[in-house]
Amino acid sequence: MSDGAPAIEVRTLTKRYGEYEVVRGIDITVQRGEVFGLLGPNGAGKTTTVEILEGYRERSGGEVSVLGHDPAKRSIDFRRRIGIVLQSGGIYSHVTPREALRHWAGFYPHPRDVEEALTLAGLSDKADVRSRKLSGGQLRRLDFALALVGDPELIFLDEPTTGFDPAARHAAWETVRNLRDLGKTILLTTHYLDEAQELADRVAIVKDGRVLAIGPPRELGVGGSHYRVAYRNREGELVELQTEEPTAVLAQLTSEALARGEQLEELSVGRPTLEDVYLELTADA
Amino acid sequence: MHSAFAMSWRQYRLERRLFWRNPSAAFFNFLLPLLFLVAGGVILHGKQHDLNLLVPAIAGMSIMSTTFTALAYNIVFLRERGVLKRIRGTPLPTTSYFGGIAANAVTNTAVQLTIIVLAGRVFFGIGWPVHWDELIVFALVGVVSLASLGVAFAHVIPNFESTPAYVNAVFLPVVFVSFFVFENKSAPAFLVTIAEALPLKPLIDGLYGAMVTGSSLSSNLDALAVIGVWGVFGLLFAVRGFSWEQSRT
Repeated sequence: MSDGAPAIEVRTLTKRYGEYEVVRGIDITVQRGEVFGLLGPNGAGKTTTVEILEGYRERSGGEVSVLGHDPAKRSIDFRRRIGIVLQSGGIYSHVTPREALRHWAGFYPHPRDVEEALTLAGLSDKADVRSRKLSGGQLRRLDFALALVGDPELIFLDEPTTGFDPAARHAAWETVRNLRDLGKTILLTTHYLDEAQELADRVAIVKDGRVLAIGPPRELGVGGSHYRVAYRNREGELVELQTEEPTAVLAQLTSEALARGEQLEELSVGRPTLEDVYLELTADA
Repeated sequence: MHSAFAMSWRQYRLERRLFWRNPSAAFFNFLLPLLFLVAGGVILHGKQHDLNLLVPAIAGMSIMSTTFTALAYNIVFLRERGVLKRIRGTPLPTTSYFGGIAANAVTNTAVQLTIIVLAGRVFFGIGWPVHWDELIVFALVGVVSLASLGVAFAHVIPNFESTPAYVNAVFLPVVFVSFFVFENKSAPAFLVTIAEALPLKPLIDGLYGAMVTGSSLSSNLDALAVIGVWGVFGLLFAVRGFSWEQSRT
């Protein structure tokens, strides 16, 4: 299936629990080899969406195709080709990472070498320690290793670094980059902006079960939002201007300042960051 | 080596390894029934008729604790830990997973029955089982029935903290009523009716016939049928009601 068909296609996906609609018409397409981020606050419907794509939940409406399969049917072929890092998935307490990986490798027709999986996840030095003695960060590495030992084409990462200290986060990011370099398609959910910015080729900002914006993190919202020009005025106050025409605004500001023989302290021009777009979009009306 | 059978075998081997690595589980499975046996043996010393009843009764209780109790605990624990959900996301066929678990329960029961039969022969003067085939049939049907009831029951238990309460609420009364009726010919009729309808008393009857009296399998078919009906009921609910994930409520 390397015919260029997208890895994931979702059309007007909905999910209802009783009266409450958690997912309200999501459309996304993830290309093969792409790292795609679902970004949004808690309760936005990210995990529900991902769990529908993983085959854990049935959708209420819409069309879903993952690697050419309808995940709701949970076919063996489908499960052989995906790897899942759950938000909170446990492992037997009395088993070591190496043993768990050997066992897991047996589920798949063409598994990755166990030692290689341990190395990729950065777990080689803890390979023979029983999992009950591993730290949270080490268990997360085991999650990664278990998800990639089957050598899947598509990997789901549901909030892979929530609760991590900065060092552990950077280690996890490194693993994700390694997977991307191997040509894997990755669907990532996160509520960390820097994580999305750091890892994702494209991001969909999700809130209340809808996609509010979609695109590469550095370009997201550039069309709609404004450039930001900031400086400190004579009274020492920070002035911030939003404009579609930064060149003209700068020319005016600088020429006026020069005419007055003043400096524009702390002058800066910025494009809106992902954070600005995110906060603008997800702010409660 | 990716047939469903091969995967069952792998799962079985993992379950065995996990079993022996968890000393408390091994204790409950093997030592506790033995302690009951020893305690009963001390109390009933010299009373051969009572010892003849004690050994099969403990054997029946052991089968229930290694299957119903152990599986209810395990399934709830693995569900709450998210292990089941993780397994659900792999290509491991559901039948292979449960095949491995069932084979594990069969192994534990076999080891335990061996210990009890040996103890009966060596310490309690009840001789070797009269009908080995009957013993095996009752043990197997009992394991499948009570194991599936344990899996089905796990669905009712909301979280791991409440597991002991739920399991004991079933296990203790069933053991009490079954033992009482089995050992008292003058038990009240309503208690007899209840005990005969539950799976443990018929199981003990069958084991008693196989191990002690030598009453044939054909004369205990009604007891086997009761265990079988519970097994069908258990399997149905084990499969239909099975939840791979902890509900968030």
